[in-house]
Amino acid sequence: MNRVLRAAGRLWAVPVVLVVWELVTRAAEDLSFPPPTTIAASMYEMWLTGPAERLWLTEAALENIPASVGRLLAGWLLAGVIGIALGIAMGRLPLLFRFLDPLVQFARAIPPPMLLPFFMALFAIGPRMQINVIVFGIIWPVLINAGEGARLVDRQHLDTARVFGLSRGQRLFQIILPSAMPKIFAGLRVSLSLALILMVISELVGSTDGIGFQLLDAQRSYDLPGVWGTIVVLGVLGYVLNSAFLAAERRVLSWHRAAKQTT
Amino acid sequence: MLEISNLTHTYGSGPSAHNALGGIDLTVAEGELVCIVGPSGCGKSTLLRSIAGLLRPTGGQVVLNGSPVEQTPDNLAVVFQDYSRSLFPWMSVADNVSLPLRRKGMDKKQRKEAALEALEQVGLEGAGAKYPWQLSGGMQQRVSIARALAYRPALLLMDEPFGSVDAQTREELEDLTLRVRGHHNMTIVLITHDIDESVYVGDRVVVLSKAPAGIVGDLRVDLPGPRDQITTREHPDFVHLRAEVGRLVRGMRSQPASASQ
Repeated sequence: MNRVLRAAGRLWAVPVVLVVWELVTRAAEDLSFPPPTTIAASMYEMWLTGPAERLWLTEAALENIPASVGRLLAGWLLAGVIGIALGIAMGRLPLLFRFLDPLVQFARAIPPPMLLPFFMALFAIGPRMQINVIVFGIIWPVLINAGEGARLVDRQHLDTARVFGLSRGQRLFQIILPSAMPKIFAGLRVSLSLALILMVISELVGSTDGIGFQLLDAQRSYDLPGVWGTIVVLGVLGYVLNSAFLAAERRVLSWHRAAKQTT
Repeated sequence: MLEISNLTHTYGSGPSAHNALGGIDLTVAEGELVCIVGPSGCGKSTLLRSIAGLLRPTGGQVVLNGSPVEQTPDNLAVVFQDYSRSLFPWMSVADNVSLPLRRKGMDKKQRKEAALEALEQVGLEGAGAKYPWQLSGGMQQRVSIARALAYRPALLLMDEPFGSVDAQTREELEDLTLRVRGHHNMTIVLITHDIDESVYVGDRVVVLSKAPAGIVGDLRVDLPGPRDQITTREHPDFVHLRAEVGRLVRGMRSQPASASQ
């Protein structure tokens, strides 16, 4: 009951905004700003008018959404693995840091969409190109945070590890990695929202399926409710991904939150 | 079993150099519990870090069981003062204790048993599944001690181990140290700035001077055992010894320091 009330307290603004939006757009009668009910109808049409045995999902829904989410997650996971590995190596090896840090600073200063023409030439249009764009665009927050986390491992934790003769593997996986985990998660979270942006951008220019492609398709056929509907789907997708990420973070970093509160 | 000869250490170089150790000679016999006491900032921790192989001294030598200490020796454990930064908060208490045991060639079951046994020795049976931050400070330091015990070191170094707990817990932990020392015939070197503690716990009290640290006193403690927080502390020999150690510590303090006051 308490939870329901709290959720209601948080979400009361949503229906209010929707009603005001509906009224204003109906009064304005501007084709570029369809009322929410029209957008909803168009979304229903676009995604949910399929056959019952497919849970009413349309062809477009079953093709575009999984394709987009798959590329997004593939890019994010790849960027996560490479970013954590390279970041930790740079955080623990000062020499490597000195060599690579200027390159990292240069590379992350490049706006990732600028790289699209280059990646399109390199990989041709398709998922491989898109995943590469995503990885290149979102790896930096993970890499830099992992590096900082690994660099700032408590000296006494490392002394303890040395005194008790922990092996290199134990030090890496049981001391350095968990120590850096709070920072790594902060980086992964930023990367996840960047991944959504780059997924759409890469689909707008170089794709034949995906949510971004559908957005472009709707825009080209002057289907403005369709454009709006796709934008809403992207918003929902971002919200769901972020919520799932936060839930995972709460699980993995429970020790961190609790330890912070008690000391 | 531990021989320290002419150990010196200087931090930095040039005019800003800080001379922490000024030639320390010390021999500790097997099974002994030696307390090293000295004023704060006198280089006690530098000495401990040199013995543990965490720091390469600029001069002199530390020899442990016949072999010179160059890296961290594998038969040595340390209990640090700051338990919250020495235990790993992302591991359960039992995992903290059993983590170093892989090096001893134990399999998973043996490691677990050894950890539980050590936790029992320090009075923490049943706390293995908890996390360090769920325990009080005194209990966390018990976990540190259990980790050291499970490791079965030949030499146990304790760096102001009871400096961060309240007075009552401190007494409990002092008695715990005395109780477990006999278990594996460990040699213990305990560093403290607490004069009473050094006399109460030690077989021998070594007094260091202000930095650069040198040994200004080496007293044998011949108090009747087993030691007891009340009766030992009122024993005439205890009173006498603690006065003597106090004089040695303060004596060195008053000479250069009083000039500047």
